[in-house]
Amino acid sequence: MTLPADYLEYPRRRHGMDQDWYPWRPHFAQPARTWPNGARLAVWLCTSLEFFPLNPTGKPFKAPGSMVTAYPDLRHYTTRDYGNRVGVYRMLRLFADLGVRGSFAMNSAVAARYPQLVADVCRDGHEIVAHGVDMDQLHHGGLEEPAEAALVDECLATLLAASGQRVRGWLSPARSESPRTAALLAARGIEYFCDFVNDELPYEFSTPAGTLLAMPHSHELSDRQILVDYRHSEAEYAQQVVDQLERLQSECAHNGRRILSLPLTPYIVGLPYRFGMLRELLRDLASRPGVWFATGGELLDAWRASPDSGREAA
Amino acid sequence: MKRDPGLYDYWPYRDRPRLRWPGGARVAFWVAPNIEYYELDPPPNPHRQPWPRPYPDVLSYSHRDYGNRVGHYRMMEAMDRCGVRGSVSLSVALCQHHPELIRDGVERGWEFFSHGIYNTRYSYGMDESQERAIIEDSIRTVREATGQTIAGWLAPALTHTERTMDLLAEYGLLYTCDLFQDDQPQPIKVAKGRLISMPYSLEINDVIAYGTACATPRAYGDMIRRQFDTLYEEGAESGTVMCIPLHAYLVGHPHRIGPFEEALRYITSHEGVWVTTAREIAEHYYTNCYEAVEADLQRRAGTVS
Repeated sequence: MTLPADYLEYPRRRHGMDQDWYPWRPHFAQPARTWPNGARLAVWLCTSLEFFPLNPTGKPFKAPGSMVTAYPDLRHYTTRDYGNRVGVYRMLRLFADLGVRGSFAMNSAVAARYPQLVADVCRDGHEIVAHGVDMDQLHHGGLEEPAEAALVDECLATLLAASGQRVRGWLSPARSESPRTAALLAARGIEYFCDFVNDELPYEFSTPAGTLLAMPHSHELSDRQILVDYRHSEAEYAQQVVDQLERLQSECAHNGRRILSLPLTPYIVGLPYRFGMLRELLRDLASRPGVWFATGGELLDAWRASPDSGREAA
Repeated sequence: MKRDPGLYDYWPYRDRPRLRWPGGARVAFWVAPNIEYYELDPPPNPHRQPWPRPYPDVLSYSHRDYGNRVGHYRMMEAMDRCGVRGSVSLSVALCQHHPELIRDGVERGWEFFSHGIYNTRYSYGMDESQERAIIEDSIRTVREATGQTIAGWLAPALTHTERTMDLLAEYGLLYTCDLFQDDQPQPIKVAKGRLISMPYSLEINDVIAYGTACATPRAYGDMIRRQFDTLYEEGAESGTVMCIPLHAYLVGHPHRIGPFEEALRYITSHEGVWVTTAREIAEHYYTNCYEAVEADLQRRAGTVS
């Protein structure tokens, strides 16, 4: 099949990016700063709490972790539910023992179904990040704007009612967005979102409804990517996290503040055979000097408070 | 469609003319950073989808962007510390999008060759004039940005037509990285002019190693060392070529760059390694090896027929 003549037209071949969301910003050209409390390296633990319906549509694609077999896929449904019942409570206890706080990216369906979990997360001082309604209601270009807005509204209203926290951050289910998602979030007072994986420091993201801070939230260092998709061992996962930490710490000396974002999934790292590894890993991270365990909201405030917070014109 | 691409004859890895690299080196070693631009919303090509998810696939798009924003600098500095110049497989539109990266490479004496205009514009389905247009655009764009005349080609996203190799030779390019049949360069059959295949690799390529083979950062370092050890051993008899193709959006992560740099240092700390660029390998080959190899290929073709 031949291609039309305009296949070789490049209307966005220009300096910077091929979209208008954010400017081109080479990472290592950033001014060297510390975090406001003098820390160099912020560690952001971001735990996902997700609800995978037993009867997913799978549209426009199946979210990672979705049902696999013919209906009813009890094995995957209950495996995922295990994380919200058992795995997360192991993790909450560990975080409390270590005296560290982080963020919990929560589907509003989890909040509606398990109010005690929301209360327990909040009581320990963790931050709630909005994570959409559930793992089968994805944000994507095929959604009409009112339908997508309704998803955002339902999520935010449910999380507010369940937690009493005004949610400031957003992670889309499966990191899937429509072209309008960021604007819908900005219009509703969301201050940062975590879907883009192109940077290791926050940056300003422009939308017609105002700016959001794009917060780094690692894809390649996530437990899902390394333990499930790459099938590396627990020791190999922990090694990579430590390697990342040490590399970032060495860069801090010359380049200033850094963020190590560590996405955690209770049904993955909360399993008994993996949990010992997680405990040792987080103990190790918490014992390192100059490391600040921050929530996403704390990172946002610290970034906004710095003199060159990146509020440059897009 | 052809049953065989018809680009080269069978040429067993035995009793070939000896390849001699400068200084008696056993291995010609080069590193190929792919500096790519993937468009968020490229025009459709019926033969290939640009992204696994529907528009806008912000996960895949931003993952690629990470390479240019963050990972590139880690990769470049690791190469600097090991004394390795890059031979860049370039989405040439990067000269417009991120000229800062191009200047950094030019200052280091890196080579730039073409990997198409964007890695989201595929050659599948192009007619001859379209394929000529991307070659001419590549020559013009890289010359304006770097002063260099491109010597090599790696097709955008490895998408080809039946006439790609003929056109590369017609435009005077020296080598193609698109063929994986050998660990030594080899003359390629083209309609007119000359072209050689330059050993690249789809195995030692970080995309394949990390993504398909699911190698840990340390396992990738081990793969690189073992690849080198074999080619170094065989290089005592006749020169071999080893290439490490890289993508900063993968190797440039903080947890990967350290083990990669250790592997790179392992290679460059050996005696008898020609740490070079693809262009320099090709130029040396045309001057010192091409005729002997071509004669051997002719001789073998004669005995077969």
